[in-house]
Amino acid sequence: MNGAVVIGGSAGAVQALLTLLPALPADFARPVLIVVHVPPDHDHGLVTLFQAGCAMQVCEAEDKQVPEPGTIYFAPANYHLLVEPDGSMALSADDPVNHSRPAIDLLLESAADALRSRLIAVLLTGANQDGAEGLRAVFRAGGAAIVEDPETARVPTMPAAGLALCPEATRLAIDAIAPYLLRLA
Amino acid sequence: MSKETPEPDIDDIEIELLLEALFRRYHYDFRHYARASIKRRLIQARGRLGMTSFSALQERLLRDPEMLAKLLNYLTVQVSEMFRDPSYFRALREKVIPHLRTYPSLKVWIAGCSNGEEVYSLAILFREEGLEQRTLFYATDINPKALKAAEAGVYPLDQIRKFTENHQKSGARTSLSDYYVADYDRAIFDSSLRANVVFSDHSLATDSVFAEMHLISCRNVLIYFDRGLQERAVGLFEESLVRRGFLGLGRKESLRFSDHAAGFSDFVREEKIYQRRDR
Ligand SMILES: C[S@@+](CC[C@H](N)C(=O)[O-])C[C@H]1O[C@@H](n2cnc3c(N)ncnc32)[C@H](O)[C@@H]1O
Repeated sequence: MNGAVVIGGSAGAVQALLTLLPALPADFARPVLIVVHVPPDHDHGLVTLFQAGCAMQVCEAEDKQVPEPGTIYFAPANYHLLVEPDGSMALSADDPVNHSRPAIDLLLESAADALRSRLIAVLLTGANQDGAEGLRAVFRAGGAAIVEDPETARVPTMPAAGLALCPEATRLAIDAIAPYLLRLA
Repeated sequence: MSKETPEPDIDDIEIELLLEALFRRYHYDFRHYARASIKRRLIQARGRLGMTSFSALQERLLRDPEMLAKLLNYLTVQVSEMFRDPSYFRALREKVIPHLRTYPSLKVWIAGCSNGEEVYSLAILFREEGLEQRTLFYATDINPKALKAAEAGVYPLDQIRKFTENHQKSGARTSLSDYYVADYDRAIFDSSLRANVVFSDHSLATDSVFAEMHLISCRNVLIYFDRGLQERAVGLFEESLVRRGFLGLGRKESLRFSDHAAGFSDFVREEKIYQRRDR
């Protein structure tokens, strides 16, 4: 696989993604894997929500599926999403991490391990600290780390925690993230 | 040759050697499990067991069998609920049970039964549907501690609310409180529920088929395996099922990409319930 973009967010993230994802073209060169914290008991409906407005394909991540360029994959409700060393996606029903399942840290850390410098990670708005350690792992593995600017994010806690652990991360307003990804990808 | 960050590569080598040692010494085979999760849990184990490296852990493991039990509790995931995903149990009740009624005697295999939540769920469901007396349940797992807990049937009282809610949503004909007594902070389930249950140690990675099952429920186990091992397990299921027998998987597991898909038809697609084909 040619690398990937991984994105994590919590409170306010659906709004943020409604700005970010529709700005990516159908032939975006990498797969985009996303963890959004949602209540565990329901199918979160994110696929339907984003299908309409996105040029990229949108679907739910399936176990051991190899992610394709031009496609957005959401972690299913109540399962962790990880990236295997061979680049395929894996689901797990392990205990919640940082009170969350799916947890952003698990996606970012496993993807960093598998994809090293071919990974781009984005940490969005949120009211907790999930994803901060993952972001640092991405940076240390040679990948690109991006955080939504806490000053303009809906809820600054998550991106601020990301910057605290990974000060080297690139800080961008939400509408600047897609253009930046296009330049990197 | 230069390496960008050598340290993680050493971890990966050590993990491979550790899993090999575990297999050769104790015949527990985790070599073909999804690696990202295994690595995470081994990192946890290394820290909590006070080891400085996976090699140190391996050395201890090879010489000290007590280390095996400890490590197994990290390598296997014991997260479960009674009537987990109630719509699955409702589909069994409404769609599968009517077929099972036509058999004079039944065998049900719960593979990867963990602490027994799924076993008691099925025993209750079969009792509610009047099939318990003619059914023999086989509950298997590789973790001895989990099998023991399954045999005891005792759960923390604070989980009972969730279990009760799930049970109701499964189309219950009785109340869950009919089946347990509360004792301080524990709920002790009625031992008559396991009168027809055989608990045993069986690995989908290394052991062979179980005879002539009418229903196999194996939920949230295959996701921990890599593709090859998933194929092995599904192959076992296919061989173990009677023709037109049923296989139920976890919510996010499917036969869609399996080499064995041709041997099964979708029975309740959304619930990942499959039926073995006639031929
Ligand atoms: C997450 S639990 C699933 C419990 C229950 N089936 C459910 O869906 O709630 C996974 C179980 O699979 C067991 N397991 C792991 N590897 C196995 C193998 N090779 N053969 C049989 N069981 C295995 C673990 O010990 C654990 O109890």
